This record gives sequence, structure tokens and C-alpha cells, in this order.
Amino acid sequence: MSGFEHLTPLILTVITASTPLLFAAAGELVTERSGVLNLGVEGLMVTGALAAFAGTYVSGSAIIGVLCGALAGVLMALVFAALTLSLLANQVATGLALTIFGLGLTSLLGSGFIGVTVENLPKLYIPGLSEIPVLGPIVFGQDAMVYLSFACVGGIGWVLARTRVGLILRAVGASHDSAHALGYPVIRIRYMATMFGGAMGGIAGSYLSLVYTPMWAENLTAGRGWIALALVVFSTWRPGRLVVGAYLFGAITVIQLHAQGLGVAVPSQFLSMTPYLVTIMVLVVISRDRLKIQLNAPACLGRSFHPAQ
Amino acid sequence: MLRSTLKTLALAAIGGAMLSVSAQAEPTKVGFIYVGPISDHGWSFRHDVGRLAIEKELGDKVKTSYVESVSEGPDAERVISQLASSGHKLIFTTSFGYMNPTLKVAKRFPGVKFEHATGYKQAANVATYSARFYEGRYVIGAIAGKMTKSNVIGYVGAYPIPEVVRGINAFLLGARSVNPKVSVKVVWVNSWYDPGKEADAAKALIDQGVDVLAQHTDSPAPLQVAEQRGIVGFGQASDNIAFAPKAQLTAIIDNWDKYYVERAKAVIDGSWKKGDVWGGLKSTMVSMAPYTNLPADVKAMAQKVEADIIAGKVHPFAGPIKDQSGALKAKAGETLDDGTLLGMNWYVEGVEGKLPQ
Amino acid sequence: MIRLVPRRQRSRAMVWGAPLLAVALTLITGGLTFAIMGKPMGAALFTFFVQPLTSVYGVSELIVKASPLVLIGIGLSLGFRANVWNIGAEGQYTFGAILGGGIAIFFHDSTSPFLLPAMLIAGAVGGMAWAAIPAFLRTRFNANEILVSLMLTYVAVLLLSYLVHGPWRDPDGYNFPESRLFPEAGTMPVLIEGTRVHMGVFFALIAVGVALLLGKGLTGFKLKLVGLAPEAARFAGFSETRIIWFALLAGGGLAGLAGVIEVAGPIGQLIPTISPGYGFTAIIVAFLGRLHPVGVLLAGLVMALTYLGGETAQIEIGVPAAVTGLFQGFLLFYLLACDVLIRYRVHILIGKAAR
Repeated sequence: MSGFEHLTPLILTVITASTPLLFAAAGELVTERSGVLNLGVEGLMVTGALAAFAGTYVSGSAIIGVLCGALAGVLMALVFAALTLSLLANQVATGLALTIFGLGLTSLLGSGFIGVTVENLPKLYIPGLSEIPVLGPIVFGQDAMVYLSFACVGGIGWVLARTRVGLILRAVGASHDSAHALGYPVIRIRYMATMFGGAMGGIAGSYLSLVYTPMWAENLTAGRGWIALALVVFSTWRPGRLVVGAYLFGAITVIQLHAQGLGVAVPSQFLSMTPYLVTIMVLVVISRDRLKIQLNAPACLGRSFHPAQ
Repeated sequence: MLRSTLKTLALAAIGGAMLSVSAQAEPTKVGFIYVGPISDHGWSFRHDVGRLAIEKELGDKVKTSYVESVSEGPDAERVISQLASSGHKLIFTTSFGYMNPTLKVAKRFPGVKFEHATGYKQAANVATYSARFYEGRYVIGAIAGKMTKSNVIGYVGAYPIPEVVRGINAFLLGARSVNPKVSVKVVWVNSWYDPGKEADAAKALIDQGVDVLAQHTDSPAPLQVAEQRGIVGFGQASDNIAFAPKAQLTAIIDNWDKYYVERAKAVIDGSWKKGDVWGGLKSTMVSMAPYTNLPADVKAMAQKVEADIIAGKVHPFAGPIKDQSGALKAKAGETLDDGTLLGMNWYVEGVEGKLPQ
Repeated sequence: MIRLVPRRQRSRAMVWGAPLLAVALTLITGGLTFAIMGKPMGAALFTFFVQPLTSVYGVSELIVKASPLVLIGIGLSLGFRANVWNIGAEGQYTFGAILGGGIAIFFHDSTSPFLLPAMLIAGAVGGMAWAAIPAFLRTRFNANEILVSLMLTYVAVLLLSYLVHGPWRDPDGYNFPESRLFPEAGTMPVLIEGTRVHMGVFFALIAVGVALLLGKGLTGFKLKLVGLAPEAARFAGFSETRIIWFALLAGGGLAGLAGVIEVAGPIGQLIPTISPGYGFTAIIVAFLGRLHPVGVLLAGLVMALTYLGGETAQIEIGVPAAVTGLFQGFLLFYLLACDVLIRYRVHILIGKAAR
């Protein structure tokens, strides 16, 4: 029991548990940065999960499947955007309705895919590198989507912080009136951001139905969309912290299961509470600096915008 | 004028309806309430298969309907009551949490027969039924005992309730009957159905060195993990060979068909009586999926254990049985009675970890 | 091209007209859905939306189902007006049920007339205590209440699970996960014989009344001002901290009360699942009711009807439960979208005029 050979599989499990959270949360982060609060992440994910599974099953290609998942997420996000951005419906209620709708729709359409299977996504294998002890399988032995999730977060961080597009997006989220006055198309930018969030939510769902547990089942997401939402808040709207949050949550979820296996004499319900409690505690610690958070929190989050208001 | 016309029409309609009743016997309505969606490929799905068996067997003598995904909270009583008041003569309430709602509704509808699964409270018009899944678990335990090399077997559990604990104990006793060195590690996921978490639990167990995996949760996810990681496992509730063509050794199948058809028939011919049926392998309420991916000798052994249980030659809970503290729970020659099994909340010797009390 | 032109004043006609239009649109979409599924359109819609209301029992069940939604929705609407995002009413409901139900379990031999009042108080206090955690962390440490209240929901549900699987198990219940049945003195009196309509309905109505009064008074104004213009509120000397506390405690208290009412009423004991998602559904109810007490009351009844209708449709015409979710989605989308007509006129511009 040197520990290391046990560490590698543990970390691999954590990566699988965290990746869907990271995708969905990264998408929602962009949506929220533009000032739109979409509480329907669960609905985006579950629709993406079914579409990806169905796409893969029919086409035989996981890549087409993931694209289907992303597309389904975009379509769901478009419904949300049309209602909240064009028709100025309340964002919180519409987001929740989107989840109810998504769960109902997928369970109706997905009944034909119960009990069938698809091929798992292949893992990267680089002779030599992937065989390095401990690090090899972790760094060089993942499926493509794990790398994609990090690329997405890095890309989002770069766009938000360093590019004009990011600046405009943040401006729209910080003050839609000022952004409008400066001539930026507030609604169109929010549409784009919401659809991006939809695509990412759909990809997160794809990861669930193609990699995490390669199957389709009703309510496959089992509440992960909600966790993703909480993680955006946790990250204080900063992509870097999103990685910390998603992996922290994923790690504690997995570690508590390991603790049970090792016979820790604490009722499992209390162990199951730990990911939630630790997330709260860490949030409290990082939230204490009020100024830092306000710099990032989109001031217009959840508010409707109409140019003539 | 209008009024009287309406009255005449209404009377005619009622008369017509009554005529049609006398012309052909009204089909007996049989209702079902499920805790999950019928697409869960597990618990609720198997009950629905039982419902379809009634339809197939009794044809137009019956009409069945169901309500799925009914939460065990305040909604259950309403749904059961709605089934009763809409003319259903026999109602199957297929989850433990429906016990008290079933009894409450049964009191208000003395003419309707109720069948509650896995509970322990009966009434004049409420029967209970359950399956001795532990017999199947003893069989898979014996298989696991033969197949394990590490002598540590993993078990993914939903909630620490007697039903699941009984299964774990029977599994371990089965394993120890062929391999006294076996121990079982249990991980609870606190959910009947969360594929992701079930998969994580399975991975955690495999990472801790188990080489055979058993589960008492509803999704095929743990079995899928077993397949991916190259170990072996067992299907739950349904035959899940499609999810794990190389890993599934067999599956314990819930098989309510025969019982449901019998009870529906009994209501139709008026012979229905309350009772408490607890069927096992012999009654086919529990049945084993084909034994696959096994060496010939292990397969033969499994078939023999199954046959011996059916013949009554082997009882999974035959003594001597010790609990974790070493205290003797059943002496040699004794078997644990059904009351003890029903409320089982202790682990037998060989299960690792402590059962939360 | 559609353009929205703001109205000078909220349209009175549309306050009532918009929901009717939404219902009409839902009926059309729903009818089409049924037609696609091969079910008789008219009969299916009748089963879904009307049949549950055609019997006394059906109406009574509608009230039973709607009252926790209204009770929680009223509390949440107070907070939402102040832009305090309490997403964790489900947890507050659960903890209220734990505390209130705990008293019934502890005094299971009691025949005292004070048992039920004590339970109700404990339930409300429990809900408030659970909501006080996000309130404290928000006001003291600036921790966002969305995350804290949501995460605490899972904690409360797991705590209940632990209690009913462990120390609070019914000693005569073969170790099954459920508490004893509450004693007679600890259950909500039934108001109408033969139904499940219980005293909790009054609490929901009282909550609507109190919220109406509050809305007209200074507190309502403060809540609104903090929500709409926090700077102005600060300038006017209203303490944001106090408003946050008030918003969360009001939401938590009513959610906790709803929790104990459900376990002391329709359920009658503590079991692992005591809520079919009331805390989350109530968020929709609050916004569907436009955060107005009467609106919340109506929205609660509408939501409840969709659940009952879904069950009836399953029994009578054999549609899957998923259709309920689909219909709720349609109805909510239309209701939320049609609200735009209250404050805006829709101009449809064709061709060249579109610029």
C-alpha cells in the first residue's frame, strides 16, 4: 500500500465524475456573464444526453452523437432565449420550466432507447507516455472530451479576460443599459451566450450518456445540472475557479464512497452530505472578500432587458 | 322543455349503458401504481411486465391501467384512491412506501381488493406479497465465492434497509458456503437510481481490490463498470446481459407474472382472499437469468445450488450463523424464521464495515 | 418581424387576458401532442384539464395538493421581490418536517391538545433555522444564497434519510425506513369528512392574506425597493441585511410550516420521501403568480391541476407520466411568455416596414 497505485484509479474516477459538471458549469458561466440566469441546466443536460445517445446509436459515431447532444442543448437554450430575451419572460421560472419540459420530453422520446447500448468513447493512448506510472494514465490516457473540457474552460477564460468579445459580453452583463447606449446589440449577444451555454450543457449530457454511464435512462442526469449551477456561483464567475469547484465536488463525492469501502464507521448519509457541506465551507472562505466578488458578478444577472425601457 | 328533453336523453343514455353491461360482462379493471418510470429497466419495469402478463392471459376479461413515477409521499394516497374510485377492483401498490396509504384507501373502499408489495400490514381487503430475492442472492454468492481470486467482493447498496441487508447476508453466506475466506465490502449510494453515483461506487470498490461485483440498486451502471474494468458481476431485476456481455454471470430476475395473473383471476371468480405470499425460486417469483461467462464446473455448481434451494435441501439462512460480533444468531440445524428475516438489521460475520443503526 | 412597444400603463385587460390566451395555446399544443400520440384529442384534453374537477373528491385533492405549493410560494415571493434567491425551500420544508415531526415522535403517547400547535411552531422554526444558515452566511460572509440554500437542501434530505433509517425508525416496524405513525393529537384535523382537506388549507389562505397586507404596507415597499434599487434603499436608510434576513426567514418559515403540515396531515409519519419536489415547484408558482399573493394562489391551483390531470390521463387513456412534464412545460412557457402582453404591445411588422 504505497498509496500511489491506489491514487491513480481514484483520480481517474474523479475526472469522470467532474467532467460533466465542468462542461455544464462552464457553459452556464458564459450565459450568466452576459446577464442571463438559466436555471434550466438540468433540462439542457438531459436533452443533450438523450440526443447524444440516440445520435450515436443511429449513426454509430460518437462524434456525431456529441454534435447531436450539443445541437439539442442549443435548441433547448433557444426556447429559453426566445421566451426570456424576446418575450421578456421571467428567467428563473422559465429556466425551471425548461427542466420540467426537458425531463418530460426526453422520457417520452427516449423510451425506445432503454436497454440498448453503444460503444464507449475510446481513451487516448500514446505508447510510452500513457504508461508512465501515476501521471501517464491521468495526463495522457483520457478520452477526448476530458481534454476538450479543459480546452473549453481555458478558451472561455482567455476570451472573457483578453478579447474584445469577452469585454463586450461582460459589459452586457454588467450594465445592459450602458452597453446598449454604446451601441452593442444586447439581445443578440445574450442569445449567443445562452446558446453557447446550451451547447455546453448538451455536451455535458453527452458525456453522461456516452462515457460516464454509456446508456440512456430517464432522468439520467439525476440532479447534476443543479450542482453545475451552484458551481458557477462557487466560482464567483471565474473560469479558473470553476475547475477547482468541479474537481473539488467530484473528488469529495468519490472519496466518500472510498471511505465507505474502507469501512469508516460513519453513517453513509453523513458521508454523502460532505460534498455539499465542503462546497459551502469553501464558498464562505472565498467569499469573504466582498470587493473581489462584486468585480465578477454580473450586475444584471436575471434581469430582462428591453431597449425602450 | 329543454330540460325534459335532456332528462329523457340522459335516461336513454343510462338505459343504453345498462343494456350494454348486461349484454357482455364488463371487464374487471386492474390498477397498478409504480414508484419509478416503467422505463427504469428494473423494479417498476418488472411490475409492468407482470401487468402485461395479466392482459395477455386474461384478454378482454380485464382492463389494466397504471400510474408511474408516483412519489412515496403525499401523492400516493391520492393516486391509489383515484384508482379505487374509478372502478378498479384490484389494485397493486408496488413499493414499500405505499403501505400506509394503501391501508388508508382500503378502509374507504371495502369492495376493492389491494395487493401491497414488500410490506407487512394486511387488512380484510389488503394482501401483501414479496419475493425471496435472498434465495437468488445466495446462488450468486456461491458463484462469486468460486470466481473471486482476491477473496474480496464488492456490493453496491441503495439504502440500509432490511431487504438489502438480507440480500447482502445471503450473498455472503452463499459465498462462504464454497469459500470460507471470502469477505464483502459494501458501499451505499443513498439512492435507488443514480447511474453516475452507482458507477462511482462500483469504481471505488474495484479500486479497493474487489474482483466480483454485486449490486442492489436499480441501474445497470455498476455492471457496466465491471465490464469496462474487466471483472465480473450480476444483473439486477432484469437480464442485463446486453450491458455486460462479458461480465454478467447471471441475473436475479423479478418475476411477478404468475402471481399477478393468479390474483386477477381470483378477483374475477370471487375467490380472492387476503394473505401474505413470499415467493422464491420455487414459485418462479425469483428466477435466474442464464448462467454465462462461467467455467463449466462453476455453472454446474450454481445450477445445483439453485435446484437444491428449490427442492428445499438448502436454506440460505440455515445455521450456524454468526453476526459480526461473533454472537450465534442461529445454531446448527436451525434456520432463521421469516420474522427475523423481514426485520434483519445486522450483518453476518464476513461483511466488512458497520451497519448504521 | 415582431416588435414590442411598451405600454404607458400595465394593461388591465391583459392581466386576465394573458393567462387565458396561454391556456388556449396550451390546449392547442396539447391537443396536437395527443393527436400525434394517437389519442382522441378532445377526450384527452377533457381528461387532463376538466375531469379532475368534476367530483368533490377531485376538487378536494386539488386543494390538498395546492396548499403546500401556495404556502411555500407565498414565502418565496416575498424574498424574490427583494432579489433574495432562496432556491432551497425544499430543504427548509424538509427540516421543518424533521423538527415538527420529531416532536410527534418524541411525544408519541401524547393526547395533549398542545401537541399539534407545538409541532407547527417547531416546523416553522425549523424552516427558519435552515434558512437562517444562508442568511447568516450571506450577511456575515457574503456567501451567495443560491449555492448555500441549494446545497443545504441535499443535506436536509440526507438528514431525514438518516433519521428514518436509523434512530427514528418505528420500533415495531421491522426496521423499515419509516417513523411511527403520529398520534391522533399530532395530526392535522380533517375539515371535510371523506376527503383529505385538512386544517393546513387555512394556513395557506392566512399566508395569502398576510402577504396581501404586507404588500400594501411599508415592508412590502422596502422589499421591492431593495430588489429594484438597492442603492436607493440604502440611501433611504433601509438595512439590506435586515431585508435579507426577513426574506429568507419568511420563506424558510412558511416552507417549514408546509413541511410539518404535510407530514402531520396527508402523510401522518416521517418517511424518506416527504416531498414530490414542492420546494422547487413553488419557485415556479411564485413567479407564475407574478410574485403577487393572489397570483400565487391561482398559480398554485393551476400547477396542482396539471399533476392531478396527468394522473387522471394515465389512468383513463394510458398516456405515460412524461406527458405531465411536457404539458407543464408548455403551459408554463405560454403563461410566462404571454405575460409580456401586460406591459407591452406587440407590433407585427411585415416586409419593408420591418425597419
